[in-house]
Amino acid sequence: MMEQAPILIVVVPLMCALMTPLIGWIRKELCYPWVILTLAVSAGCAFITLNTVIHNGVIHYYLGNWPPPWGIEYVIDHLNAMMVVLVSATAFLVAVYSKKSIEQELPDKVVYFYTVFLLQVTGFLGIVITGDVFNLYVFLEIASLAGYALIAIGEEGAPLASFRYIVLGTVGACFYLLAVGYLYIVTGSLNMADLAKILPDLYASKVVLVAFAFFMVGIALKMALFPLHVWLPDAYTKAPTTASALIAPLMTKVAIYVMLRIMFTVFQPYFSIEFMPITKILLWAGIIAIFGGAIMALAQTDFKRMLCYIIVAEVGYMVGGVGVANAVAIKGTVLHILNDVVMTLGLFTVAGIITYKMRHHNLDDFKGMFKKMPLTMAAFVTVALSIIGVPPTCGFFSKWYLLQGAVLAGQWMFVVALLFSSLINIVLFFRIFEIGYEFHTTHGTHDHGHEEMMAVEEAPLSMLMPTLIVAAIIIMIGLYNQPIISNLIQYAVPKI
Amino acid sequence: MDFIISKYNFWIYIVLMMIGFYAMIAKKNLVKKIIGMNIFQTAIILFFVSTAFKKGGATLPILLDIHSTHGHGQGHAVAQQAIEVANYINPLPHVLMLTAIVVMVATLGVALAIVIMIYRKYHTLNEDEIIKAMK
Repeated sequence: MMEQAPILIVVVPLMCALMTPLIGWIRKELCYPWVILTLAVSAGCAFITLNTVIHNGVIHYYLGNWPPPWGIEYVIDHLNAMMVVLVSATAFLVAVYSKKSIEQELPDKVVYFYTVFLLQVTGFLGIVITGDVFNLYVFLEIASLAGYALIAIGEEGAPLASFRYIVLGTVGACFYLLAVGYLYIVTGSLNMADLAKILPDLYASKVVLVAFAFFMVGIALKMALFPLHVWLPDAYTKAPTTASALIAPLMTKVAIYVMLRIMFTVFQPYFSIEFMPITKILLWAGIIAIFGGAIMALAQTDFKRMLCYIIVAEVGYMVGGVGVANAVAIKGTVLHILNDVVMTLGLFTVAGIITYKMRHHNLDDFKGMFKKMPLTMAAFVTVALSIIGVPPTCGFFSKWYLLQGAVLAGQWMFVVALLFSSLINIVLFFRIFEIGYEFHTTHGTHDHGHEEMMAVEEAPLSMLMPTLIVAAIIIMIGLYNQPIISNLIQYAVPKI
Repeated sequence: MDFIISKYNFWIYIVLMMIGFYAMIAKKNLVKKIIGMNIFQTAIILFFVSTAFKKGGATLPILLDIHSTHGHGQGHAVAQQAIEVANYINPLPHVLMLTAIVVMVATLGVALAIVIMIYRKYHTLNEDEIIKAMK
């Protein structure tokens, strides 16, 4: 049973997704516990796998017992194991969180929402667990297609946002597929480990260089790297609350994971770093993304939209960290993948609670929230401090490694960009705190009297608990960052 | 010129891909964008299929099988013949493309469903008019 855990991580959500309409047909209310149960099993398997990887090293799982270059192989090393746990745990928390918000936003689509929700999770899990480049493409498309559908059922204007995402996302996926084709022409293999063995002799070949370029552009589209980010803000702002809480933390980070895999597993690190000038391009793309994202975030009055531009800036952190291309910065990048999933999840769960209470997600809706929902806002402050990068929270540590790596490499522009974005984040979040505390009570005593009357009115428990857990995780990761790095992340960093 | 003719299949796929890409970028009608997207994906499928081709009379393994049964009349010899790699077209790209076609159809389905949603709401498929109606 234990050795089958890797495949169960993916198969359980896939099978259960297909059974969800049946369950919903029997009774609509059963869907919610069903999804939670499914994702709990999947997350449990993910934790078992992580434990095995930490104690026994890399797992190779042959699907149908076909040995690798012919069969599909699942390879779980330290990087995958971390990603699998992240994805399944995030999905589980979002599933717990989803109940009330779906009842409010999509009362007649509950069954189909959960079906597509599970397919989306399957896609993400498949991407991070597979060791086969074509299999990765299929899972990438499963995740993307489910994402298009989930986004399209959102609020006013969501279908058009989703349509634009489809067009750009398909171009990205097609470029990826084309790159797989080029590699297949010259190597005759689709297995990542096999490719890594065959490719070094072919690095001078133009076909391989073109394949590498197509990989990078395709994945950059999927991860919303700054000039290619245009689909992201609209899509994530207008998606239903639960969908954005699932997709926003995971899609971009999973794409960054794919980039790391292609750069450092399929190709050798020395190819990606020395042979091609790609790291220089990535570094500058990251710097521009950080500046662009931060400045655009300042201009927003919609809370969710502001978060979307923060994501764009955070993608810049990670891409820039890869671009710095030394071991410390890449350690920072991998740690930041972990942190950013948790932080973005925290932000979007808070945004969901605000949407649930106020029916909107503008910055003004935070008025008086500290009085009304003290626990939610406590969680929000923790997450915000982490995004800013205040020491006990996890955001500080990944930023510290990124800064350290940038200083070691002498990339001062990246240092400036990181500090600039931290400053902008302080402005962004303290502006919201100010609205939340209502420091400007311009209406005088009348309004003040009204405020006294306002009772504590917390979010429903099913929404509050995941948010508080996320806030707790943020502090835990911050406190235990050393064991996480020494047990997990230092093995995930390629030897440069 | 010889360079173009000897690899004409790749040139066709490049031209198709660019036609699709142009439609995705330049057309204002959402359905035309979807058609462009489909041409783009089809070009990639043609590319994959043409990479499987081998010069020198290679065919499908099944055809080869029947032919050699006739010649040798022995099951054992048939198996040997079929394994001869140079004699059959690489089947793997075709199999990959079956999966890619499924993905393509699914994308088309989702895209069309979303276009229907848009049309029901705004009663037009022109992107500019939809954006005007949203404001």
